[in-house]
Amino acid sequence: MPDTYIARSTAIAARMLGGEMMIMSAVDSTFFTLNEVATVIWQAADGRTPLAEIVEQRVCGEFEVEPEVARRDVEQFVSELSRQGILLVSDQPIAEAKPGTAEAQ
Amino acid sequence: MMPVQQSQGTHDVAVEIGGMPIVLRTQDADFRTLLEDRYVGFVRPSTCAGSFSFDVDVMKPERYVSEQEELKVWLEDGIWRLERGDFRAQWDPRIGRGRILQALSPYAIDSVLRVVHTLIQAPQGGFLLHGASAIRNGRAFLFSGVSGAGKTTISRLAPPDVILLTDEISYIRREGECYRACGTPFAGELARVGENATAPIERLFFLAKGPNNRIDPIETSDALRMLLRNILFFADDSVLVKMVFSSACEFLARVPAFRLTFYPDVRVWDLIQ
Repeated sequence: MPDTYIARSTAIAARMLGGEMMIMSAVDSTFFTLNEVATVIWQAADGRTPLAEIVEQRVCGEFEVEPEVARRDVEQFVSELSRQGILLVSDQPIAEAKPGTAEAQ
Repeated sequence: MMPVQQSQGTHDVAVEIGGMPIVLRTQDADFRTLLEDRYVGFVRPSTCAGSFSFDVDVMKPERYVSEQEELKVWLEDGIWRLERGDFRAQWDPRIGRGRILQALSPYAIDSVLRVVHTLIQAPQGGFLLHGASAIRNGRAFLFSGVSGAGKTTISRLAPPDVILLTDEISYIRREGECYRACGTPFAGELARVGENATAPIERLFFLAKGPNNRIDPIETSDALRMLLRNILFFADDSVLVKMVFSSACEFLARVPAFRLTFYPDVRVWDLIQ
């Protein structure tokens, strides 16, 4: 199985507010709030780190969850955000987004 | 009423909302009168002219200038274009100038001004909000909500010591780390132009009607969702979307937001001090 890579879309605005990650699509203004685990995945989505590594080191490393359960949940999450255009998914490393375009700081 | 400058058949009227004067230049004396009546309290001498101006051409009232009934706003070659059945306008934010072709109607110029002010405020962290606002004891309070939430009701119930800024569209400016509410002439069902005054914002309330008066805390994510729903936002432009999102987040990081449930009588104002 090839590695999977994920990166944050540049067509979004995101902000950590009140301990929660809030994301809005710049395309259709859809609004999302991520929970704690989803926020960790979101922050790790740099386009260079394989998804399997994110699951193993960030999700399983920081939360009490079985690897198989974590993998399944993360895949579902990534699939959902990809469908919404919030995350980019590829079997190749994804080029780094241009500064200032990926996330509102 | 403030005098207006007249030269060579041209009438300049500066309408200042949120401390931002916009000069409207027209050759139509009836339109000038309309502006002075519609924006009473917000008209300034045109000699105080700021950075923004529009040349306005007035069409015959029976003629629509566009088939576009819904307001459409888009950016094309660096110029904002606005279009609706009763007006067509363009504005170049780089030089602060534009043109308006419109019917002799206060609604058309109202809409243009609302859009232009949102575009002016967006890069500065400010915004226009569906909401009433008022000043009490030198501090401003915002009351936001969709149609029917109680914006006009709470405005109508305001005691005499309250300065009503608007019952419909609030104007929020950012000044450093502080946010100020400014009066607007954009009236709702109260049909009363707001006071042209300003004060630092103390609290944001999201309105709901109920059997009694109470203030409840609200989750930040809920506050952001409701705030974004009520910010006036006209254009499908990704840069603008990011600016508005950022402005809303910055605002909520500095101004506490609550849910205000109220029974429609004057006692609700006992909670707003």
